[in-house]
Amino acid sequence: MNIALLLEMAADAAPDRIALVCEGKRWTYGELLAAARGAFELIRQSDAQYVALLDESSEAAVIAVFGAALAGVPYCPLNYRLPDADLAALLVRIAPALVIGDEERITRIAGEQGHTVLAREDFALKAQETVPTGDAREYDPGADETGGGVAIQLFTSGTTAAPKAAILRHANLLGYILGTVEFGSAEETDAALVVVPPYHIAGISALLSSIYALRTIVMLPAFSPEGWLELVRKERVSNAFVVPTMLSRIIEAMERAGSSEVSSLRAIAYGGGKMPLEVIRKALDLFPQAGFTNAYGLTETSSTVALLGPEDHRAALASDDPAVRARLTSLGKPIPTVEIEIRGENGEVLPAGEPGEIYVRGEQVSGEYKEKSALDAEGWFPTRDAGYMDEHGYLFLSGRADDVIVRGGENMSPGEIEDVLLTHPAIADACACAIPSVEWGETVGIALVLRDGHAAPAEPDIKDLVRARLRSSRVPEKIVFLGELPYNEMGKLLRRKVKDLLAD
Amino acid sequence: MKPGTRLKSAACDTEVMVIRSAEGTIECGGAPMGEGKPADAALLAADFSTGTLMGKRYVDADGKYELLCVKPGKGSLAVDGVALVVKDAKPLPASD
Repeated sequence: MNIALLLEMAADAAPDRIALVCEGKRWTYGELLAAARGAFELIRQSDAQYVALLDESSEAAVIAVFGAALAGVPYCPLNYRLPDADLAALLVRIAPALVIGDEERITRIAGEQGHTVLAREDFALKAQETVPTGDAREYDPGADETGGGVAIQLFTSGTTAAPKAAILRHANLLGYILGTVEFGSAEETDAALVVVPPYHIAGISALLSSIYALRTIVMLPAFSPEGWLELVRKERVSNAFVVPTMLSRIIEAMERAGSSEVSSLRAIAYGGGKMPLEVIRKALDLFPQAGFTNAYGLTETSSTVALLGPEDHRAALASDDPAVRARLTSLGKPIPTVEIEIRGENGEVLPAGEPGEIYVRGEQVSGEYKEKSALDAEGWFPTRDAGYMDEHGYLFLSGRADDVIVRGGENMSPGEIEDVLLTHPAIADACACAIPSVEWGETVGIALVLRDGHAAPAEPDIKDLVRARLRSSRVPEKIVFLGELPYNEMGKLLRRKVKDLLAD
Repeated sequence: MKPGTRLKSAACDTEVMVIRSAEGTIECGGAPMGEGKPADAALLAADFSTGTLMGKRYVDADGKYELLCVKPGKGSLAVDGVALVVKDAKPLPASD
């Protein structure tokens, strides 16, 4: 079992169909498969133990992921935004590797580590020129029939300790794709705009899903809202995945431009962070032809495990029932091929409505790091995400389990406090986190961002707002105002940074 | 038959990848499938000639067998003479 099967099937069924559009260049499925087979030879010749990518999205990412799969070595895309020292520390953990990307930088920071380094263009060109010998079938590593080999290794962002190496086996990724995507289900005119960086699980799953569906991949290597809108218009993009900050910037650009040609968009999926209600409401208006899907997943689960589909979005928007309206902020329901449970502190399964930790089980769930597996004896993966499931099976996320504020033994989720704060007309963004307290162990601190043109509300007013809507234990003891909250490039709020600020 | 094994039809072009399997004989076009192709092609049995479709998953009634068609052909799939059927997958909205 090998993920290279996905590209082989696509190239078998539609060799001349356009698979990929990147910076004006077009690749067919047949050309990509031939290049992946060439890459397999290059990898073999280099004696690399890993194939690493230190680069923005390009055809090299597609050729490398399948070339590595054919060669039976893990593909390890790296975050090029990391500082030199951090990057060098990751590179040494995968030496010797075939590293594709910024030659000058790799040689400078990891020149002594024994890597083979190729610039993006060299790699793509050599992979195309290298003609493999023999029958293609030999490229399916027969020794690995059960799919136990590692297809992908992704380093976690590692905010507290050294980054962990999460591994996804061929069987995990194939389980995900075969279970969720119908082969060749896309129309010939369908095109998916991929803007997530290659080192993110959503960037990888986007490539695999689109290739198996025979949906053309349109790559935007560096995001800008104008560039995104231009590609949508030019390539008649039908599907797109965005993180919340991207969608919010796209909406601003559309409002600035007055009119944008986005009628080709039929499906917009989003995930990777909390979507502000205001943004999704505006988006539903600005993209009337598009169905919206909220996808929830983690690196360790090979991407999506729960989703809120287009019908749920429309129903929530049209409903008068507060419970149905609230679903616009939910993660939707588990996909049919995975199971999800909410568990309490002692591992007991909690009933509907009770908050706890989200556990996931399924073929696509690896839950595994190079150092050790996080799965329990029954194969359940503790996500460290806190949330609850309502009585209709809709999953709601309250934040990372580590972000839960424990005040005098009472567990409080930052999300519910933030949701209340965001109802204030002067507050544009809010983050609640635990601050040390002599009396309670922990108590609530909040950082707020003001809306343009609004004066800061008085502290007693903010406290009254929280007290009126929630219990008095949720009332913040410390309030600071910031110009903006710290987010990473994927739109994830860096709570730890806010926590440090509030602790000072 | 181990998951991940690729089997070829003796009677047509069909190839499948085994996703789930038990002790029975997996057949295509009325003849047993194997990892290699026989020198002489088997005759396509009329009862097993409705064809296979690329990318479809074929299952038995008990859920013991699941085969993914990776190359289509004229024969149809069976286990011990009992025809397999296409697994109906509920289409999900594209999420990535």
